[in-house]
Amino acid sequence: MGVDIRVENLNAWYGPVHTLHDVNLHIPANHATALIGPSGCGKSTFVRCLNRMHETNPAARAEGKVLMGELDIYKDATPVEIRRRVGMVFQRPNPFPTMSIYDNVASGLKLNGFRKKRVLDEVVERSLRQAALWDEVKDDLKKKSGASISGGQQQRLCIARALAVDPEVLLMDEPASALDPVSTAKIEDLIFKLKSQYTIVIVTHNMQQAARVAENTGFFLMGKLVEFAATTKIFTNPSDKRTEDYITGRFG
Amino acid sequence: MSALPVRSRYVASFVTLRRSVTNNLVTGVAIVSTALVLVPLVAILGYLLYKGASSLNLAFFTHVPVPVGDPGGGMANAIVGSAAILGLASLLGIPLGIGAGVYLAEYARGTWMGAAVRFTADVLNGVPSIVMGLAAYSLIVAKQQHFSGLAGGVALAIMMVPTVARTTEEMLATVPNPIREAALGLGIPKWRTVLSVSLRTASPGIITGCMLAFARVAGETAPLLFTAFGNQFWSFDLNQPIAALPLQIYVYALSPYDEWHRLAWAGALVLIVMIMASVTLVRIFANRGALKGGH
Repeated sequence: MGVDIRVENLNAWYGPVHTLHDVNLHIPANHATALIGPSGCGKSTFVRCLNRMHETNPAARAEGKVLMGELDIYKDATPVEIRRRVGMVFQRPNPFPTMSIYDNVASGLKLNGFRKKRVLDEVVERSLRQAALWDEVKDDLKKKSGASISGGQQQRLCIARALAVDPEVLLMDEPASALDPVSTAKIEDLIFKLKSQYTIVIVTHNMQQAARVAENTGFFLMGKLVEFAATTKIFTNPSDKRTEDYITGRFG
Repeated sequence: MSALPVRSRYVASFVTLRRSVTNNLVTGVAIVSTALVLVPLVAILGYLLYKGASSLNLAFFTHVPVPVGDPGGGMANAIVGSAAILGLASLLGIPLGIGAGVYLAEYARGTWMGAAVRFTADVLNGVPSIVMGLAAYSLIVAKQQHFSGLAGGVALAIMMVPTVARTTEEMLATVPNPIREAALGLGIPKWRTVLSVSLRTASPGIITGCMLAFARVAGETAPLLFTAFGNQFWSFDLNQPIAALPLQIYVYALSPYDEWHRLAWAGALVLIVMIMASVTLVRIFANRGALKGGH
């Protein structure tokens, strides 16, 4: 089951550049939350702070408080522990090219030392079914490379891989922006189904997508969270002028 | 109004002509250069085959050298000795080189220390091979007071390290960062990510680098002159002087005896075939587990 995320006074820097300014936000559990905003507004940086991927860049640092349920992820845990509980799906599908489809899904468990074959088999099947990919790949699980299937299938494979470690939160950084409309629709269907079991945070440039999948939406601009509210409110009756300008296409 | 299109058509046809002439010229230069590189290579291989094959017989692979004047004899001990020295050199040099390459690519990117190690590796790569022999001589032979296969292996290993390290670094740099992030994002520790994801993704290129380093040192004579030293008899003890094909070829080719010249040709042929065979074997072995598709 998912947990809620409470962000308090989160600031982030890349070298001398201050990319996130005092973000305060409460992301409810088992819902999908969309983050929108123009390129470079800090929404990707924000989600990367939620699983501490931000700090894999040596020049980057973050300050503030992020509570995942009861857990203060910057104080009470290591990045590796956090990332096992927070799955991430990236903008471009990034399956491991040297691994089979099966090994891609099992990698989170296998590379952390888990070897029980029967359990792995179950997890791989369950995760691929959850990602709606099982029927398309079940005959080639160990024969084909994770990079040999189509882009849309690769992205669902990456979702299955993230689900296999049984996370509580799923972060998606523009998961459909490199995909065609049919594959995009499949990913959106998935988000819709998965959000009852996981807390989903999705960054998107596509406002219709945000409207379709997310209960809540946050609007970022120049490193600040301008507005956070129910998706219907953001798109029909935003309280901030800048949000209105953005969603009506006056800039960005 | 009407003058301009005519003029531009003229200019266009001139540009097209110039481009096609340049294109043909450059293609021609490339073809001639390739031929110039290939001709000596094919000539050497062909001449080696012609001279060496006629002297090859079973005895070459099963007998040790015989004294001058006695007919027959072979280089069995040198073949085994070369295999032993090269095995030792690979065992020492490849892990060390890969380790250094991983450090450079995954841990020391953009650091002062990384730049220093990279510079050292490049300088080491340009050091004449006889200097490597001298280094191993003063490090091991002078201390132990006797020549040994061990010293020869160490000399060749030192030669392998910079090549292996730099190719490993370059191959790891071609692994797209999103793939590393995918692994880190699953909560896989960095050391595991480097071993099971980065290195594995870069492995075809790294294997090529190792094979290049291996092939280069396999034919080296100078570093072995005062380390492995050579041996006319069977020796399996790496702590003693040991025979090696390049050394044996060197000694036989410089001798005044026709019989020894014949054997030197055969030895050179065997050395080249051995290098080609081991490189091919590693390739086949490395490709066996490959999956369909990929990139």
